[in-house]
Amino acid sequence: MPRYVLNVDGERQEVEADADQPLLYALRGELARKGPKFGCGLAQCGACTVIVDGNAVRSCILPLSAIAESAQIRTLDGLRGEHPVQQAFIAREAAQCGYCTNGWVMTLVAALERNPNLSDEELRETLTGLKCRCGTHMAILRAARQAANAMANAQEV
Amino acid sequence: MSVATLDRRGFLQRSATLVFALKTGGLSILSLDAARAQSLAAAPRAIGPEELDTWISLDANGAVTAYFGKMDMGQGVDTAIAQVVAEELDVDVARVNVVMGDTHLTPNQGGASGSSGCRQGAIPLRNAAAEARRVLVARAADRLQVSSDELDVLDGKVFVRGAPERSVSYAELIEDGFATRLDWNGTYGNGLNVNGRATPKSPDQYRLVGTEVPRKDVPGKVTATTEYCHHVTLPNMLHARCIRPPVANAVPVSVDESSIAQFPDARVVRKDDFIAVVAESEWHAIKAARALKVTWSNTSAPFPPETRLFDYLRTAPAASDSSRGGFGGRAFDTAPILAAIESAARQVEAEYEVPFQSHARMAPSIGVAHVTNGEALIYSDTQKPHNTRDGIAKFLGLPPEKVRVVWKPGSGSYGRSDADEAAFEAALLSQLTGRPVRVQWMRHEGHAWDPKAPACVIRCKAGIDAENRIRGWYFQARGFSGWDVMFNAAEPRDTLVGQLTGFPKGDAHNFGVPGESYEFPESVQFWETVAPFLDRASPLRCSHMRAPQEPQVHFAHESFIDEVAAMIGADPIALRLQYLRDPREIAVLEAVAKLSNWETRSSPGAARDGAVLRGRGVAIATSFGGYVATVCEVEVERSTGRIWPRRFFVAHDCGLILNPRGLRGTIEGNIVQGMSRTLCEEVRFDTEMVRSEDWLSYPILDVKDAPEAIEIVTIDRPEEPAGGAGEPSHVTVPAAIANAVFDATGVRLRRLPLTAERMKAALG
Ligand code: FES
Ligand code: FES
Repeated sequence: MPRYVLNVDGERQEVEADADQPLLYALRGELARKGPKFGCGLAQCGACTVIVDGNAVRSCILPLSAIAESAQIRTLDGLRGEHPVQQAFIAREAAQCGYCTNGWVMTLVAALERNPNLSDEELRETLTGLKCRCGTHMAILRAARQAANAMANAQEV
Repeated sequence: MSVATLDRRGFLQRSATLVFALKTGGLSILSLDAARAQSLAAAPRAIGPEELDTWISLDANGAVTAYFGKMDMGQGVDTAIAQVVAEELDVDVARVNVVMGDTHLTPNQGGASGSSGCRQGAIPLRNAAAEARRVLVARAADRLQVSSDELDVLDGKVFVRGAPERSVSYAELIEDGFATRLDWNGTYGNGLNVNGRATPKSPDQYRLVGTEVPRKDVPGKVTATTEYCHHVTLPNMLHARCIRPPVANAVPVSVDESSIAQFPDARVVRKDDFIAVVAESEWHAIKAARALKVTWSNTSAPFPPETRLFDYLRTAPAASDSSRGGFGGRAFDTAPILAAIESAARQVEAEYEVPFQSHARMAPSIGVAHVTNGEALIYSDTQKPHNTRDGIAKFLGLPPEKVRVVWKPGSGSYGRSDADEAAFEAALLSQLTGRPVRVQWMRHEGHAWDPKAPACVIRCKAGIDAENRIRGWYFQARGFSGWDVMFNAAEPRDTLVGQLTGFPKGDAHNFGVPGESYEFPESVQFWETVAPFLDRASPLRCSHMRAPQEPQVHFAHESFIDEVAAMIGADPIALRLQYLRDPREIAVLEAVAKLSNWETRSSPGAARDGAVLRGRGVAIATSFGGYVATVCEVEVERSTGRIWPRRFFVAHDCGLILNPRGLRGTIEGNIVQGMSRTLCEEVRFDTEMVRSEDWLSYPILDVKDAPEAIEIVTIDRPEEPAGGAGEPSHVTVPAAIANAVFDATGVRLRRLPLTAERMKAALG
């Protein structure tokens, strides 16, 4: 089996796997990440989201062979609970079962790091397509608002 | 999950019932958390409900562990339990850890069921914690040479009132445990209760119950430290994927193993009509399962065309009929009521249709099993681990005490979802391969092969007299049985793999009628079930889904009373108040009128020609000890038919409130999931198979369609026991939206879901 070099959460890692194996299985397997989750394997739900070079990406359909050696991959685990988006989700209790939480947090991290000055409408647009079966939408939107405000304020300072 | 390390020597001798004689030596897998290669409990635990040590333990550092035989599904039930235990024990809530749903550690309290986590599940914990405090204070009185009356407790420290320097901590008093018997009511499941000699606090003494203690589970979920069932791996574990037939009811004729020869680490495991592929690598299990060539039997079309669903429900012979008695009810005759309706001055009649809906969990079924040496260790996110243990024991031919089911958090489950399925399949595959096995369902299985909420047709009739009073009321629900698959997995026949391996499906019948207390002079409400399309391993088998059958029946019932209001030109709230008798139902309805600034109206409203039509509707529900009234404000876009519930107002009374913030979050979740079921969800099928198999073919509510606001007023009734909150508000949503749509447009939609296409077609 081919070997692939991955930079995950700032660490260089090597994995041996089929070329068509999606990144998700390496993250969940050898790399022991608990953040990215399997929800659909079809790029339809977002549970597997990671950030690759600043973009939120669905790792369940991203083959290892398509990842450049220079690519920087960030996972929920790597945010270490310190990110303003995570803090807002905790403060707003924006999780029920929490299985979807990874997708919402990582999508917001990517979007807000690019531009935290998003209106409520733009936040909804950013998050559209992510699934939450428990119906935690309202708390998630409140957390998104709080995180955007916090990051915008931090930028101004 | 960390477990207190109290030395439990002697428990086995002291407990009279349900002692699991575990081997603690190297051979037994049951006392180990193999996933983490460590002991789950320092010593075997007795879990007889009449032992105080079963419920509460304390360690030498004063950490408290409460053992809870139910689980949190993400609404913060464990936090509420910690509050109740900390309250009675007088310790800081941060000291309390709650262990949930492990058949070797927690008593059988029936699992997550019927909004009962706080309503029923908290009561034995409360009583046990109160008794634990009494015992510890009595020990302190001995130690300090005073009477118990002279002692107070602050965060686990017992001290003499007025002389706090004379003190002793719980940790110094616990010794070998409590060694105290409780009075047990002899019941297992939701109704299990125990009492000690202590009297629990009265609500006016509460300092912690009723406050907004932050949920214990949220930080771990947000920071990726929570260990979900999906994360469990066992040494030497195989990954498995199941093979499903392309046509429902087809059975495998032959399996071509050479079709997966390119995956040397993969192989086929088969028992009867159940086939799976196992492999060392998860990705290879997935690829091999896709590549495997199976020849399936030719089977005649198992289902009628989808368009015939409601005709079938209308015309199929009744398989059971609640008006014939049984099911805890008495037989009754519907003819006199129909006659009373016919003889009234005017009649109103309507029929409502609800299709199958899918649990469609965020993650499809997961289960990890290790079966060896006549023992089975199972990791599952099932809602009812004790039942699952019993079912797996029967399935594998093991005594129940040789099976341990350990619940781990999973993706939200709201009823008898697919949660149990993979646990059974993993158990079988582990037994057959002799290796630990992890079964992860794929997305198409989670949608197409999970148990469904039953489709139904509901007929309503009312007779109105010359003074516009309701004289007679008739309500008949006809649907597939909600017990086609039972609400727990205590029997292998109630699982897919059970039915594929020689356990014939059961024949249990249940539907339901609404529980509101409108008092009409003549009234009859009853249900009938019809036979399922397939009597074996059906992807359309039905079971409990959040508030079993209640969203369906309340949709009809609360729409229909609105139809009556419209016919006689009455205000929908005023008409309801005229017939309600229960003061708590009246109170929530009045509260929601106030909260929403309800303007008296008769529907539909006058302005119906804009591009966006606006209206408001109301619905109530009483269930599981909760009373709810909901007002929905909708916007209907004329050009597209898009229905957007812009605002909800909810008045909620579930008795004593344990944690207001947890309650509000739970209500919001209920409303949003209810919107999804009302506006989006319908299981599609053709004559061969279910065709809703992913999020595209089974859409749920998107975040951009979430309401602008959900305003909630909760009525706290400390004098009333804690009631259910996990379901009642959910039940109000379909009719509240449908009634608002009628108010806005003058169009009555009687078929769920209320999609934009249906709305547009109806608007013409
Ligand atoms: S698991 Fe990747 S989008 Fe659903
Ligand atoms: S919180 Fe359960 S799926 Fe979103």
